[in-house]
Amino acid sequence: MLNKLLLTTALTVGLALPSVAANVQPGETLAENQDYTYWLLDAIKSMDPQINTDVEGSGVLRALFEGLYNEDQVGGLVPGVATGYELSDDKTTYTFHLRDNAKWSNGDPVTAGDFVYAWKRLADPATASEYAWYMELMQVVNAAEIIAGEKPVDELGVTAIDDHTLEVKITAPLPYFPKMLTHASTFPVNQKVIEQFGDKWTEPGNLAGNGAYVLKEHILGEKVVMEPNPEYWDNENTILQKVTALTINDENAALTRYLAGELDRTQVPAGQYPRLKAEYPDEAISVPQSCSYIYMFNLDKDKGPEALKDVRVRKALSYAIDRDIIVNNILQGGQAPSYNWTHAATEGFEMPEIDYASWTQADRTAKAKELLAEAGYGPDKPLDLTLNYNTSEAHKKIAIAVQQFWKGVGVNLTLNNMEWKVHTDKMQNQDFEIARYAWCGDYNEASTYLDLFTSYSGHNNGKFFSEDFDKLMKDSKTAENPAPLYKEAEQILAAEMPFAPIYQYTKVEMIKPDIKGAGLTNLMQNWYLKDMYRVAN
Amino acid sequence: MISYIAKRLAIAVPTLLLLIIVSFLLMHAAPGGPFTQERALPPQVLANLEAKYGLDQPLWKQMANYVWGIVAHFDFGPSFIYKDRTVNEIIAQGFPVTLTYGSLSFLLAVLVGVSLGVAAAIRHNSWLDYLAVGISIGAQVLPNFVMAPILVLVFTLWLRWLPGGGWEGGQWQYIVMPVIALSTSFMASIARITRSSMLEVLNSNHIRTARAKGLPERKVILRHALKPAMLPVISYLGPAFVTMITGSVVVDIYFSTGGIGKAFVDSALNRDYAVMMGVTILVGALTILFNLVVDILYAWIDPKIRY
Repeated sequence: MLNKLLLTTALTVGLALPSVAANVQPGETLAENQDYTYWLLDAIKSMDPQINTDVEGSGVLRALFEGLYNEDQVGGLVPGVATGYELSDDKTTYTFHLRDNAKWSNGDPVTAGDFVYAWKRLADPATASEYAWYMELMQVVNAAEIIAGEKPVDELGVTAIDDHTLEVKITAPLPYFPKMLTHASTFPVNQKVIEQFGDKWTEPGNLAGNGAYVLKEHILGEKVVMEPNPEYWDNENTILQKVTALTINDENAALTRYLAGELDRTQVPAGQYPRLKAEYPDEAISVPQSCSYIYMFNLDKDKGPEALKDVRVRKALSYAIDRDIIVNNILQGGQAPSYNWTHAATEGFEMPEIDYASWTQADRTAKAKELLAEAGYGPDKPLDLTLNYNTSEAHKKIAIAVQQFWKGVGVNLTLNNMEWKVHTDKMQNQDFEIARYAWCGDYNEASTYLDLFTSYSGHNNGKFFSEDFDKLMKDSKTAENPAPLYKEAEQILAAEMPFAPIYQYTKVEMIKPDIKGAGLTNLMQNWYLKDMYRVAN
Repeated sequence: MISYIAKRLAIAVPTLLLLIIVSFLLMHAAPGGPFTQERALPPQVLANLEAKYGLDQPLWKQMANYVWGIVAHFDFGPSFIYKDRTVNEIIAQGFPVTLTYGSLSFLLAVLVGVSLGVAAAIRHNSWLDYLAVGISIGAQVLPNFVMAPILVLVFTLWLRWLPGGGWEGGQWQYIVMPVIALSTSFMASIARITRSSMLEVLNSNHIRTARAKGLPERKVILRHALKPAMLPVISYLGPAFVTMITGSVVVDIYFSTGGIGKAFVDSALNRDYAVMMGVTILVGALTILFNLVVDILYAWIDPKIRY
């Protein structure tokens, strides 16, 4: 039984929003040269949507493949292969309508069966995908059991009703489910091609995608070259004619090559933004990015240090950090000081009132001293703690600053720098006192942050536990409007302080001013090559 | 001589095996694994991954399977991180790159280094000597991670003569800067070793004899002094050659060549066990091979040496 109202709304959404494809503005003239070269920090780990795990790979995958939905310049959903959907009364069955003109780059039609195949492939233990858990996060029926090997993969709650109708059943209502469909791991793949070429299917020439671009060249650690896919349903609106992604492992080297005109877009190394902004005001940009930087406290019953079990100590440590100095003097890239967990620009998120956010730093420091004294620490009984952080110039500078701030309130912090894998391993085994941590949202909704601090989250490395918090997060899944619940959850975090928030990310880049449509205002920083174009000066 | 070479090659096999075992154990002793990430994988997903890559088996079995794969099929396994590639493919793509710029760097370093060293020695304590020593000390103290950005700044950003990085199948414009950056410090070492060795040889009896019988200085140097003076240089060149052709992480990172030098460091940091083992074995085998080559060259240069 379908909800009539929702049915009409869903269909209207589908019809009212034509796919945006390169949306050239009135008054803009396209440049003759439509080649675009951008920077990749590292080699692409895999061109297989169900295998890839990193953000940079996702950028390439969004060009080579197309999921049910895409994102527009501000991160809103626009139709991809799906033109619209219906949601059942109980909000657990989605029926997607797929466009009938979508094709693979080898000419095959894109069908609902391709999605079914890809989603089952993602969950299948035989694929051993590092993103299999995303199917679980989407709450697709039986996903968890299939990943655990308890049920056969054919029982995944996804069915092709016919070639152009895809039905997905989820275990409980999930208000942001459609938003999760822009994630690359949900993109369809062509079963025929995978079976024909096996492990070699992602090589240029073999790879068949349904995206706006095809893979021309992929030299590991050097470059990826893409050209428009003539079979793409909206190919006539694809403007960039040749796209090259160059792997440059050193961001300073990348910047030099950008300045020499070899790149159209690159990242700004930490601390260089003010100088570049002054020299190249049209090119240096700083825009919010959905990631949050914190120092996590280990609250584990057995392995956490005694001192951190006292909420007064945790609060004191958080209060004593002068975030303005960190963002203005160390990072210098327009980052925002942070007093909460969820990135402030997250869609639908309302920032709660957090007491210490509005205090002056002098007040915060005074309060920190007071709390520490109350907790029994002082000149006679100094507090000794250790901070673990992974190797990086910026992490080091922040750690040194925090060491100074804490010294000011009588806390001796030992800095413990370690290689990335060691740091991660120690965090996951609760073998730390305080650890640097950062989290980037998987989708543009506050639960991608807040779920992390539930007792049942696999990422809650500090072992924070609050029944109230768990309940709020469980309730939010079925709430008509989860925003007030998120607000309350954030207030619990501020009151319990299981971590010290430090700053919220911005993406600091150099981008040539004639490049348009790069999705800079999309908090998730998901850009689509098909929307980009170069204007004549 | 032939039996000596055969004996050395026979010893190489257990040496490599020992290298494999020690590296394998050290690698697995390091905390974390290929699938350790900021977002801990759910236990079941991790178990599925480990099963797929055989990491759920006992260590001795993993090692046995690994060695068997190499012996039986010359298969170094799949990369745990770059999942579209096998180790064989990664080495096949990256090694020719480092082999190219490494060999060229080697040639340049030897030619310039030996010439500088000889020139300095025969004009001992002259301006030429001071100049040569000055240049080699300068080259020695300028490490390649300083050299590389300076080169890019000058030739790419200011002069716009050369591209700042990339490989493009090894076109000459892309090779120039990696070769300069890699060769300078080797060049400096070669020059210093050549100079001191040459000075010693020039003071030896057989040179005095050669001069006494009235040979022209050019002949004395080229025919009688150069060959024995090369002995210490050659023992340096063997390992240096291997170091150069297996690439430099600085050159690979700074010039984005896609070479194997970076794969070595990356695989260790990523715990990409198979790639790390593959590159270790490659470097190990080449080191053994070129140590042998050095020993053979020794016998050829110095008639006193017999195997």
